[in-house]
Amino acid sequence: MATTTPHMPDTSRPPVLDAAELAGAPPHPLVEFWHYFRQNHGAVAGLVIVVLLIVVAVLADVVAPHAPYVQDRGAFLVPPVWQEGGRWDYLLGTDATGRDILSRLIHGARYSLFIGFVVITLSLTVGIAVGLVAGFFQGWPDTLIMRLMDVLLAVPSLLLALVVVAILGPGLFNAVFAVALVYLPHYVRLTRAAAMGELSKEYVIGSRVAGAGLARLMFRTVLPNCMPPLIVQATLGFSSAVLDMAALGFLGMGAQPPIPEWGTMLADAREFILRAWWVVTFPGLAILITVLAINLMGDGLRDVLDPKLKRS
Amino acid sequence: MIRFLLIKTGLLIPTFLGVTLIAFIFIRLLPGDPIELLAGERGVDPERHARLMAEMGFDRPYWEQYLGYIGDVLQGDLGRSIVTRQPVLSEFLTLFPATIELSVCAILFAVTLGLPLGMLAALRRGSTLDHGVMAVTLTGYSMPIFWWGLLLIILFSGILGWTPVSGRISLLYFFPPVTGFMLIDSWLSGQSGAFASAVNHLILPTIVLGTIPLAVIARQTRSAMLEVLSEDYVRTARAKGLPPWRVVGVHALRNALIPVVTTIGLQVGTLLAGAILTETIFSWPGVGKWLIDSISRRDYAAVQGGLLLIASVVMVVNLIVDLLYGLINPRIRHRG
Repeated sequence: MATTTPHMPDTSRPPVLDAAELAGAPPHPLVEFWHYFRQNHGAVAGLVIVVLLIVVAVLADVVAPHAPYVQDRGAFLVPPVWQEGGRWDYLLGTDATGRDILSRLIHGARYSLFIGFVVITLSLTVGIAVGLVAGFFQGWPDTLIMRLMDVLLAVPSLLLALVVVAILGPGLFNAVFAVALVYLPHYVRLTRAAAMGELSKEYVIGSRVAGAGLARLMFRTVLPNCMPPLIVQATLGFSSAVLDMAALGFLGMGAQPPIPEWGTMLADAREFILRAWWVVTFPGLAILITVLAINLMGDGLRDVLDPKLKRS
Repeated sequence: MIRFLLIKTGLLIPTFLGVTLIAFIFIRLLPGDPIELLAGERGVDPERHARLMAEMGFDRPYWEQYLGYIGDVLQGDLGRSIVTRQPVLSEFLTLFPATIELSVCAILFAVTLGLPLGMLAALRRGSTLDHGVMAVTLTGYSMPIFWWGLLLIILFSGILGWTPVSGRISLLYFFPPVTGFMLIDSWLSGQSGAFASAVNHLILPTIVLGTIPLAVIARQTRSAMLEVLSEDYVRTARAKGLPPWRVVGVHALRNALIPVVTTIGLQVGTLLAGAILTETIFSWPGVGKWLIDSISRRDYAAVQGGLLLIASVVMVVNLIVDLLYGLINPRIRHRG
């Protein structure tokens, strides 16, 4: 401050000038964020792929050459176009009931992305609320919540999800609920740790002295300062959610056929692995590319938002 | 150290009780009442139903039932499988060696490849090798392993015909199980070719299950190594004129290993979750496949027992890792 405005007599008072009018004023946080994010080429590539996937998923009805459920009785297990016997109307071939694989993959993007989004929104919202309660009320609520989270963490994620699905019955929505529950402890722990770190800081004490109520303290004062690690965890959690949902689908406990969910498609394709490689290869490739893109993006986000965790 | 051990073990008790509570609630949350569930599809007449309810204590208050359940669990009674009528614990113990064998091989595979890869990447930071390792490990980390397994089967079993598709050993060989570990048993049997067959059956499942741990370990080693390499004591060691291999192998590696050991320990949960998928793909007769089969057969007594046992295994391994961590890093131990 003193260097840019030498004529100001009292630097301890807030600047009279609007910050943006000063030369060398800090850029808007989003601009600054983009400046750093874009230096990570992998992260930008990940972002581009994710955006493309979202566009394809939204426009699935327009983009897909065929309807995902239509069976062509004249085209069972047609290989991809570049292989002998391939046909131009089925670019990536067809499955055992004559459905176009490319179209099913495109429609499957809807399920995978939407599922990941719902899972993360669910566990992030609940996790933040529970984590804030644990952070604000030390003592028995904190102990109870954290022991409960320890219990959830003791069970391997996929097993816990399977058990929840066994209780609720297989199906898309039950699986979403199960996976959301599995990821809950991560957000609770992160929020609690971040909130406890912030609570002792002066701005929180100041706000408390100024008479801010509990809800205001929790959500307006403390929460915004806990967000960076949560955003990073949510992005990386998104990719795990896509993976776990596909695994549940593969085990027959997630989305049920004929829904073109990628994991479910793989489960259907298993019996053809030695006869028709394309039925198996493409759904998995779609999962891999999606998860990889989200992870690349998440790595970039972490480097910018949470420099402490930076992997150097 | 003993104080540290006692504190760490003591902290497990509430978690263990929590897991028993989850397993206890699990059976009661399922639609239908427990007797009908346990009877399976045969069904029971109302009179027998009432008698069984009283006999098995399902008519008593929940807290009493729960105490009874804990009592049974502590005595090693986890109930009987609905399908096979065998005690759940003995079924689990028969199958568990297969899972241990697979998991140990997978973690060995991950460590023997992951550690050197991570170290090389750190030492050649910014080089093509470094970028390559990072790209490959990120792909490995993002891998849907159930698909990865299928791909490897297509390539190595289908096209090349090198490895078998499923099972632990070729049907040509038969010998009584001694340890339950196929590698050891086939070696002990002395039959020619048995050991080779067991190894051959292990290769693909090991790679599949070890892929994610490999990626995690390589990345963790790289970042731990990079951090350590910029420390003063490494610079001092270099300045003293020690040969580079000594600086890296002794001064840097020993300190870099601390976070890596924790990472390896934390992979156990991932490994057991991965075992469910890997064993399903390769028809590997371990507890992962058993759990999936039990869920699809609605054998809920087996699922309940399996849930409790697997969670206990994870807790015990995490405890061991914690203790190891205290052993190699005195700072943790003395903080309590």
